[in-house]
Amino acid sequence: MQSSINREFLKGLWNEHPTLRLLIGMCPTLAVTTAAINGFGMGLSVIFVLVCSSVLISLLRNFIPNQVRIPCFIMVIATFTTIIDMVLAAYFPALHEVLGLFIPLIVVNCIILGRAEAYASKHSPLYAFIDALGMGLGVTWGLTFIGAIREIMGMGTVFGLPVFPETATSWIIFILPPGAFFTLGIAVGAMNHINYVIERRKRQQVSRPAAAGQAVQG
Amino acid sequence: MGNLALTFIGAVLVNNFVLVRFLGICPFLGVSKQIDTALGMGMATTFVMVLSGAATWLVEHYILVPFGLPFLQTLSYILIIASLVQVVEMFLKKTSPALYSALGIFLPLITTNCAVLGLAIMAAQQNYTFVETIVFALGTGVGFTLALAAMAGIREQMEFADIPKALRGAGITLITAGLMSLAFMGFSGLIAM
Repeated sequence: MQSSINREFLKGLWNEHPTLRLLIGMCPTLAVTTAAINGFGMGLSVIFVLVCSSVLISLLRNFIPNQVRIPCFIMVIATFTTIIDMVLAAYFPALHEVLGLFIPLIVVNCIILGRAEAYASKHSPLYAFIDALGMGLGVTWGLTFIGAIREIMGMGTVFGLPVFPETATSWIIFILPPGAFFTLGIAVGAMNHINYVIERRKRQQVSRPAAAGQAVQG
Repeated sequence: MGNLALTFIGAVLVNNFVLVRFLGICPFLGVSKQIDTALGMGMATTFVMVLSGAATWLVEHYILVPFGLPFLQTLSYILIIASLVQVVEMFLKKTSPALYSALGIFLPLITTNCAVLGLAIMAAQQNYTFVETIVFALGTGVGFTLALAAMAGIREQMEFADIPKALRGAGITLITAGLMSLAFMGFSGLIAM
């Protein structure tokens, strides 16, 4: 029980990372990551909508008829999206201004509908909650990470704090649209590379004891 | 009239939805392996964009605004788009089976294309008139198709390139998209918007 909860939670953080591994929910990833804080704010909004809608859909999973499940899921997601839209507009107007159009667009974020369809509609609320939280945190670190890289390269700051001395030239291209594509492309490549290295190490570790065993037998 | 032409060109080139505004990235990455399918997807999306642009404009100006229900915008727009896609699918199946089988698999995917919903919300925010909304939707659709087809053309060539293992697939596609986006930034001085 404990280990399976851990596994469900951790998969969203690395192995099935929504943005860097599965490449879903790309639009907000590219659009709002001009600074680390914007990526972080978007990530938290996604966590809220993802966790609330996953739990509700999981609770309702025995009542929603199979044929109309997708429209029902979308309605649940749209409701929570409207809530976060209004909350941000009321309490964090500056963030709401920056994220703008991409807050209502959380409705059509494939991550949320994907989790509802693939996971929440088939599992108990506890598991749906754990899964949604893991995926949401995965999105948040992904967006914050990409936002931080773009902010450091483009403005020389991270979370508004200066990183480079004043004399350093910042590459403004990184906060313009092309920079979003470049940063994400290289981040995806780096993630793949790290996974290849981990896999190779694992294979070596498995093969070494086996080889040692053979040597003893020989 | 001149204003409408500017809206159209602005939506196709200057504020290209995919490469400048980052809307509709999922189909841009997913359905851009071959030019034929990219064109099919682009046409189907343009069609739905124009229809849903018109439908959401009517709902916004005849239901949501008069009754003071702007908080239902997201909810009602996504319902309209989802049902519209369903209707278009059924209509095409009956009237034009050839077109239906050509577009078939792409139609349901359009519901979750954020460019369609983004277009409707943007048109409402900009307070476009009915005709402006239609022209804007058409321009957006053409711009989407252009980006998708250009990307597919480049990817067909890239099949034969020797790409580092870690960058194969999504990585190199995103970097290519970055270069295309850089090229599209050249249009930004075309119209003062």
